[in-house]
Formats: sequence, structure tokens, C-alpha cells
Amino acid sequence: MPNFLHSLASPARFQRIANAVLPWVSVLAAVLLGVGIVWGLVFSPPDYQQGDTVRVMYIHVPAAWMATFCYAVMALLSASFLIWKHQLADLAARAASPIGACFTAIALITGALWGKPTWGTWWVWDARLTSVLVLFFLYLGHMALSAAFDDRERGGRAAAILACVGAINLPIIKYSVEWWNTLHQGASVFRMDGPTIDNSMLWPLLLTVLGFNMLFVVLLLVRIKSELLARRIEVLQRARASGRG
Amino acid sequence: MNAFLAIIGRDLRLATRRGGEAALTLGFFVVAITLFPFGVGPEPELLGRIAAGIIWVTALLAATVSFDRLFRADMEDGTLELLALAPLPLELAVLAKAIAHWLLTGLAVTLLAPVMGLMLNLPEAAYGPLVAGLLLGTPALSLLGGIGAALVLGARRGGALVGLLVLPLFLPVLIFGISAVEATLIGLPLAPHLLILGALLAVALPVGVFGSAAALRLALE
Repeated sequence: MPNFLHSLASPARFQRIANAVLPWVSVLAAVLLGVGIVWGLVFSPPDYQQGDTVRVMYIHVPAAWMATFCYAVMALLSASFLIWKHQLADLAARAASPIGACFTAIALITGALWGKPTWGTWWVWDARLTSVLVLFFLYLGHMALSAAFDDRERGGRAAAILACVGAINLPIIKYSVEWWNTLHQGASVFRMDGPTIDNSMLWPLLLTVLGFNMLFVVLLLVRIKSELLARRIEVLQRARASGRG
Repeated sequence: MNAFLAIIGRDLRLATRRGGEAALTLGFFVVAITLFPFGVGPEPELLGRIAAGIIWVTALLAATVSFDRLFRADMEDGTLELLALAPLPLELAVLAKAIAHWLLTGLAVTLLAPVMGLMLNLPEAAYGPLVAGLLLGTPALSLLGGIGAALVLGARRGGALVGLLVLPLFLPVLIFGISAVEATLIGLPLAPHLLILGALLAVALPVGVFGSAAALRLALE
């Protein structure tokens, strides 16, 4: 497995694999998201307490999961970039960070829209909301740092160090905030005694979660590919300019 | 050990002899705190209720504005390269600089905090936990902030960036610093909060020292 991952680090091989995988993953993402969202928004039953408001869940929960998942992916990519100096890991980590920030923003906004009718307020300084907000700030810091240097390589390494430091601190921040204040409901899917959510809601939720995961893969691959192309254009332009000069 | 102490001594001498640079952070701390009574009104009850929070948040901000010059001057005049080449590991040099930074900012802010508490009508029982919390919490700020300061070396608009990078990392210190004060005020034991602040410091020590040293090596390449 590690050998396979290292072989992926070659841009040419990566592009070949990415081109082969991309159409399949795109179709899968579209089908999962399409079925999951239609099922969740139209055919799944309304909640006995929250009514139709509960349908926000089918967007909110997957987005919130992806928010943390993206950070984990980004931190792993950053660590492998620092350890093995794979350029592609740097590209991928930087491509993952805006995607993660978007998922985090979606989770925050849909959370606010869900909070208004159910809790009666757009925003409360509750533990989960606050730690997701802090996660959003960490993404912003990562993006700002990786773009703050004239030398791209330098920005990538600095951002990679920041991502690793953030990954160590994230659990500490999460648990301190949780200790500080809690109103958000606890976990209802991943529990030792099985999910406390009915199957009629669990299935569309699982579909949208998988769909969001596939969407992340698609976006990540497209972003890495376009970044590779952008670099190639830059090299070609430089070669052309020096050829004329 | 000599080299370690020499770095601390050098940073302290530089800060005290170069036109009162050390006083800048304290000046910021006092001025920023003075703004709060204008912002929320001068009623003593209200100020007393939020005094500990004002002091802690302002201490965080004062630390943040001071990070910009933690490594920058040394980077510009080449001192940092000599430190990296010296037999003393760069990690220890970073630790020495963090200690000097704490003595100049964190410790000074901690000593000033009771005076500020007096002006903000801080409840009497809160002085002890406030100062104890700041004593344990501010070294962690110096250590974690060093990472941010080292990462933005050579970046465009580095100063504003440091705040965005390090303030989220400071959140646990703030939470437990405040909870130490709040717990004492409602009669709960103080020790657990101070122990957690100590634990945060114990985490910040390796993370800050190794993180900053890695970022400095990157900046020196």
C-alpha cells in the first residue's frame, strides 16, 4: 500500500489514474447525491417534533462530517509532504483546504438555518457550533498562509507545518470548547448501542454522506489536475518568454 | 546551558535598551483595557462581572501583537542564521527566545493584571485565580505564538496573518483561564482548572518548540 501511494506521487501517473477514475466517481457522486437528496427532501418522513425542518439534516450533517474529514485528509497530506517531500501531496493539501472551508461554511450556514426554527435563534455559543467555527478559522489561516509567500514552495511548506500543528490542537480545542458549553445534541448515528435515528431517515442520510464524500474526491481531483495544468502553462510561458528574450 | 542563558540575556537586553520596546506590549495592554469601560459603560457591577474576561482577552491580543517582532529582527540582521549554525540545537534556542518573550510580555502582563482588575472592579476573590491562571497560561501563549511568528517570516502582510494563525490555537488557554476565575467565584475548587492549564502548557512546550524550529529552518533555507 505505501508503495502504491508513493507511486501516485509522480504527477504523470497521478494524472493518468485521475483521468481514468474521475468519470466514474463523478457519476457515482451525482447518483448518490441525487437519490439521497431527493429521498431526504421529498420522500423521507417528517420528524414527529421538528416537522419538515428536519430535512436540513440531509445537507447539514454530511457537510459537518466532511468539514472535519477534509481537515484530517489535509493534515495527513501535509505530514506526508513534510516527510517524503512529495510535491503532489502539497498540491493536494492546498487543493483540499478551500473545499474543506466550503463544507465548513455550508455546515455553519445550514446549522444557523436549522437553529432558527428549532432552537429559536440563528446562533448560540454552543460547543459544537463554536468548535466548527474555530475549524473554519483554521482553514482560513491555512489558505491565507499558503498564499502569503511569493515563493510557492515556501508557502506550501509553511502551510503544511500549520496544518500539522492545527491537527494536534484541534482535539484539544474541541474538548475544551465542549467542556465550556453544550447545547447541541449528542451523537445519534455513531453510538455503541446503535443509531438512535430511524431507518427511514438513516438511509437517505447515509446516501448523502457517501455522496458528499464522492463529491469531495471529484472536487479534489479536478482541483489538483487544474493546478498541475496551471503550473505547466507557467513553465511553457516562461520557456517561451526566455526563448524570445 | 551558557548559550541558552546568553540568548535569554541578549533578548532581554535588546528589548530594554532599544527605546523601551518592552513597554510597547504593556502600553497596548493598558490602552486596550481602557477602551472597555467606554465601550460597555462605566457601571462598576457590569465591569466587575466581565473584568476577568476583559483582562484575559486583552492579554491574548497583547501577546499576538508582540509576536511580529519575535524573530523578524533576528531574521533581518542574520542572527537567526548564526543561531541555526550554533552547536546549541535550534529547538533550545527557540525555547530561550520564548522564555525571553514571556518574561517581557506574559510575566509583565500578569504583574499588571491585578492593577487593571482594581480599575475594572474585579471581585476580591478573583485576583488569586486570575493571576495564577495568567502565570500558567501566558507561557503557553509565548510557545504557541512562536510557531505563528516563525511561519510568517518572509510572508507578505505577516503581522495581520499571525493573529489569524495563532488566536484559534489560544482558545483552550482562554477557556480554562476564565473557568478558573468563574469556579472560584461560585465556590468550586480551583485546582482542576489550574491543572488543566498546566497540562496545556505541557502540550504547548513540545508543539511550540519543535513547530517553531521547523518553521525557522524553512525560513532560513
